[in-house]
Amino acid sequence: MEGHLNLTLKIWRQKNASVAGKFETYQVSGISTDMSFLEMIDVLNNRLIEEGDDPVAFDHDCREGICGMCSMYINGRPHGPNRGVTTCQLHMRSFQDGETITVEPWRASAFPVIKDLVVNRSAFDRIIAAGGFVSVNTGNAQDANNLPIPKEDADDAFAAAACIGCGACVAACKNASAMLFTSAKISQLALLPQGKVEAAKRAEAMVAQMDEEGFGACSNTGACEAECPKGISLENIARMNREYFSATFSSK
Amino acid sequence: MTKLDAKIPEGSLAEKWTKYRSSVPLVNPANKRSLEIVIVGSGLAGASAAASLAELGYKVKVFCFQDSPRRAHSIAAQGGINAAKNYQNDGDSVYRLFYDTIKGGDYRAREANVHRLAEVSGNIIDQCVAQGVPFAREYGGLLSNRSFGGTQVQRTFYAAGQTGQQLLLGAYSSLQRQVGMGNVKMYTRHEMLDVVTIDGKARGIIARDSVTGALERHFGHAVLLCTGGYGNVFYLSTNAMGSNVTAAWKAHKKGAFFANPCYTQIHPTCIPVSGDHQSKLTLMSESLRNDGRIWVPKKQNDTRKANEIPEDERDYYLERRYPAFGNLVPRDIASRAAKERCDAGYGVGASKMAVYLDYAAAIVRYGKGEANKNNMHNPSDEEIQAMGKAVVKEKYGNLFDMYKQITGEDPYEVPMRIYPAVHYTMGGLWVDYNLMTTVPGLYALGEANFSDHGANRLGASALMQGLADGYFVIPYTIGNYLASEIRTPAMSTDSEDFVAAEKAVRDRLETLMNIKGSKPVDYFHKRLGKIMWDECGMARSEKGLKASIKEIQALQKEFWSDVKIPGEIDNLNPELEKAGRVADFLELGELMCIDALDRNESCGGHFRTEYQTEDGEALRDDENYAYVAAWEYEKQSKFKLHKEELKYENIKIAQRSYK
Repeated sequence: MEGHLNLTLKIWRQKNASVAGKFETYQVSGISTDMSFLEMIDVLNNRLIEEGDDPVAFDHDCREGICGMCSMYINGRPHGPNRGVTTCQLHMRSFQDGETITVEPWRASAFPVIKDLVVNRSAFDRIIAAGGFVSVNTGNAQDANNLPIPKEDADDAFAAAACIGCGACVAACKNASAMLFTSAKISQLALLPQGKVEAAKRAEAMVAQMDEEGFGACSNTGACEAECPKGISLENIARMNREYFSATFSSK
Repeated sequence: MTKLDAKIPEGSLAEKWTKYRSSVPLVNPANKRSLEIVIVGSGLAGASAAASLAELGYKVKVFCFQDSPRRAHSIAAQGGINAAKNYQNDGDSVYRLFYDTIKGGDYRAREANVHRLAEVSGNIIDQCVAQGVPFAREYGGLLSNRSFGGTQVQRTFYAAGQTGQQLLLGAYSSLQRQVGMGNVKMYTRHEMLDVVTIDGKARGIIARDSVTGALERHFGHAVLLCTGGYGNVFYLSTNAMGSNVTAAWKAHKKGAFFANPCYTQIHPTCIPVSGDHQSKLTLMSESLRNDGRIWVPKKQNDTRKANEIPEDERDYYLERRYPAFGNLVPRDIASRAAKERCDAGYGVGASKMAVYLDYAAAIVRYGKGEANKNNMHNPSDEEIQAMGKAVVKEKYGNLFDMYKQITGEDPYEVPMRIYPAVHYTMGGLWVDYNLMTTVPGLYALGEANFSDHGANRLGASALMQGLADGYFVIPYTIGNYLASEIRTPAMSTDSEDFVAAEKAVRDRLETLMNIKGSKPVDYFHKRLGKIMWDECGMARSEKGLKASIKEIQALQKEFWSDVKIPGEIDNLNPELEKAGRVADFLELGELMCIDALDRNESCGGHFRTEYQTEDGEALRDDENYAYVAAWEYEKQSKFKLHKEELKYENIKIAQRSYK
């Protein structure tokens, strides 16, 4: 509605993984405050195309805050200045006319840059493949209501399961630790009776894979929780540690 | 003229699937290990099929264009998943879910498929719970249900407003388990660009690695397309930015018939367009119509704020027109009713193209309920408001947050503004009872096929269908085909057919890159979207459709002579990917208009202005149009119609009424 912004953008440009990148500066004008951040980048990109330049590559898909694909590090914070919001749901009304905005990719050695703002997050898939599941083949299930689950446990499991796998926790962490992501899945399944059976094995396998991918250790700064767009709690890390230590204690 | 054979099993409706399962040919475990299956798409249908088939022992390859299978757009489904569990003891049954789905689809779906869907619906809930999907529960620890449009029972299972996310993550975890065990090979950031057929059978695909631009050939004894819907032909829709028709369209050009392309679902409750910059539209779950009341002012062009308009000056038009179902009429009806009010000058908001979805009454109702539960005898208005808002927050909190994030308005305090938007496509590749297309060995699952929703899909049925197809249908029906393939060894991808298919893909990419025109891809996509929305959207007419077909043909020519694609062919190039998809949308859009023009009736989401009752309801013509329109691709702009007659042996076909 009201208000159009003129902005200076400093955006990380990197042609591919094997060459060095650098910041490029762009001006955009007449940006509606109703636009999302990604729509603002769309405006820039269409202009770059018309001018014969290569547009800025960035990951995005659902643009409604749930797929976890968008991943911009804006003014030093994953997904920008607002709490509980992914980049695609960040709107330009959160910025001031005349502002300079710095945009970078997620930075972590386990998330190598593919191009510009696009990084490779397949390490997360491998962590899930290591143990982020209940081993139940299709067709094995009993009637769903044969297994009552206290509402509090179900709610806690849901809160942990709300993780969208975007990687903001890793990007926010000075150690590039993936503890919040990994613990959310371990927690969700450990809270439910279906997941209890394999809880120990799961915690060990997922933590081992997390380490193998090159994510850093946790030093309890809490930056991951503060920057998580889905409010995944640090309690999950505590729960994971309990699961992990009891697993290693009993298995060795 | 080929005769379409849906291969529906003999026997009474309720026994068809049971008998089929008991008599379908089986593939023994040793043979399964040497049979390879290519699956394109990793949403509910693709991930569930991949996991289930790999568990059975088949060698599976899965392809998705996103960076992880967990990104597939099933993730965004909000409201819930239907199942005929009858946990609420409110009269639900397999037959009633079947009946509601056929009726909701305005009597344009195939009875046998829909009955099978209803039969397996309960197994889906069991399976998901076993995987650890955290559905909403009551204090007693049992699963909670809510209502959805077009039904009078509570059969919808949900996980707040993130049901699709939780179901997809369940299927994804099963898929990743198989990846970890080495039974599935996953190809992310890969886009399928053609189906390879050998001697008339689907034998693999050509895929492009989006990161390197390299083209790859992949063999499969069978190919499953689980690639979702094509709502993005309208440019603006609730689909993800990357959702596209390319896989289905390539299959269509290789001989798979495309069924009922014009059946599009316009969802009634979406956040309205805010300006030209709009890149996509956001859905507000239909579950909000459980508790929210939809209204517009009784006065035209009323400029007062919503909260300043007194109760008796509000027109709750759905409750007025459809007292039996009220705010829970099916989507097509709710959408048309909103359009009717806005077109008549009663719309709200800056654009006047919106109606209100109001939670004030629900907040008070829930607040009073909580007061009773807590033995508060004289609660103050503030207490009622606070407790009511807390209940609403628990049920719909993430949706309310999302609304506030996008619009800057607080829906706990002022009614939401909503307007219909393109959401789902009931049309898709024609499949038989086995989910096989008209190309042997090529299957379509989930939204990519046409089979279960007729001319209008009921809410919470898409998740049900995607998972039914993947978990419980394809593992049986694919045996019917693969049992006769056990003597076919894996084929070399150096064969003439693979090489030729790859060359055709490369030529097309090079042609696109070499146009070097003056307009970005989005320019053409937006223009196509506007034509489709204006003339093939909520209301369609002979005159408009005929003009649109000409306009789209002209736009196709313009695209192929003036599109400008930057970057390189052998590097990550999102514009090149988009260009290929828009080129396919331009052809699909034409077919959608041709199909809408052929169907001289109104049914479900297809509303032809020439065919309506006196009070503006859709007027079906069962005498002449009770068929599935399956289109065969002949050449550019030339499609041949094949008809599959729909026979209703168990349901008496009737005028759909929600009054």
